[in-house]
Amino acid sequence: MTDSHESEPDDQETISREIAAAQQEDAPHGRRTATRLDFPAYRSSALRHPTKELRHVDPEGVELLAPVFGERDVDPSEADLTAQRGGEPIGERIRVAGRVLDGDGRPVRRQLVEVWQANAAGRYVHRRDQHPAPVDPHFTGVGRALTADDGSYSFVTIKPGPYPWRNHRNAWRPAHVHFSLFGTEFTQRLVTQMYFPGDPLLALDPIHQAVLDPAARERLVATYDHDLSEPEWLLGYRWDIVLTGPHATPLEEQDHA
Amino acid sequence: MPEPTPGQTVGPFFHDALPVEGGDRLVPGGSPGAVRLHGRVLDGRGDPVPDALLEIWQADPAGRVAQEHGSLRRDRVDAGVFTGFGRAATDADGAYVFTTLEPGATAPGAAPFVAMTVFARGLLDRLFTRVYLPDDVALAADPFLGMLSPEERSTLVARREHDGSLRFDVRLQGDGETVFLRFPRGSR
Repeated sequence: MTDSHESEPDDQETISREIAAAQQEDAPHGRRTATRLDFPAYRSSALRHPTKELRHVDPEGVELLAPVFGERDVDPSEADLTAQRGGEPIGERIRVAGRVLDGDGRPVRRQLVEVWQANAAGRYVHRRDQHPAPVDPHFTGVGRALTADDGSYSFVTIKPGPYPWRNHRNAWRPAHVHFSLFGTEFTQRLVTQMYFPGDPLLALDPIHQAVLDPAARERLVATYDHDLSEPEWLLGYRWDIVLTGPHATPLEEQDHA
Repeated sequence: MPEPTPGQTVGPFFHDALPVEGGDRLVPGGSPGAVRLHGRVLDGRGDPVPDALLEIWQADPAGRVAQEHGSLRRDRVDAGVFTGFGRAATDADGAYVFTTLEPGATAPGAAPFVAMTVFARGLLDRLFTRVYLPDDVALAADPFLGMLSPEERSTLVARREHDGSLRFDVRLQGDGETVFLRFPRGSR
């Protein structure tokens, strides 16, 4: 405790160096698409990641199915986050739309998609968010939708702002929308985050960078899609999500000759 | 073939989005056969994790896996339909509780279990585990449990408390670290 450095919070340079080292270390093992659980640059992960290898097991019984959600679980109005509190939220109105697919490219139909996010100023409606940015009385930042038969989903919302956190001195999360998804098997359960293209904070963020494979990391970033934009109304972003499960049957090599 | 979307942490601010009223109740309290499944989520120092979210998914006592809508709003649950899905956040002590029924075997001779998913701030991707029932005769013959050391196995079997409830602690790291699962052909 006499070490004066102990009271000094880490700076971005330290964090960026750790991120670079982890990515260097991982490179020889080839592509690694999974998010690394032991990622020291994300300080909160230190005591919360398992130290033992995940045990390989064949799914059985309930794991081969998933809970089902239906019309009675979700009201269609929950997909418009700008119309939940009787007034216009502040910020850049956007549509976020895409498809939920399984590892074989099949649509994940009629399944629950849940989202939550900060408001345009980077503030959550949450008692523990003490960031001194304004709470928007017209924005809860929470939405739900069911995927359609083609696996598509669509939310109207406000572009979230980046916000500070205490991972290190001057740590800022890139703007993001949290997504929660269910597949057709319990093993496909996914919680992830959608980011926005061109965000300079992405390269600095230890949560985004805990996906070591650059191509996999890129899959967390939405694409601006002008076809989703609407005149005088909103800008559109497209983001497709791919769930994998143990029983995604590989497509046979088809010989059409 | 599309490539999988990687997971990310649930973060600290999921509470207004994911937990739902009555989400911890798979059956109305006081129902015949109702049992409390409870415990704590602990970190590598043994400290409580107050910002974790657990989901469970299970068969009914007859081993039937329901495919009923209404897992979120709970109106079906309150009407007596067993959907098998539950969701609960931990409190300031890292404690959680579900009110449920004990699952039955989904195949002859299979050891029944409650499937569980663990999410938390600081946990970069979700974890899967299983909660097996104590004193179940099928435990000894279960091929998966048979591959584990006694210490590892004990992390997956709930303990029967004096009040009849099932106690299951989730240890993310360290002494008695819970065995977490990886399924074949998945990406993670």
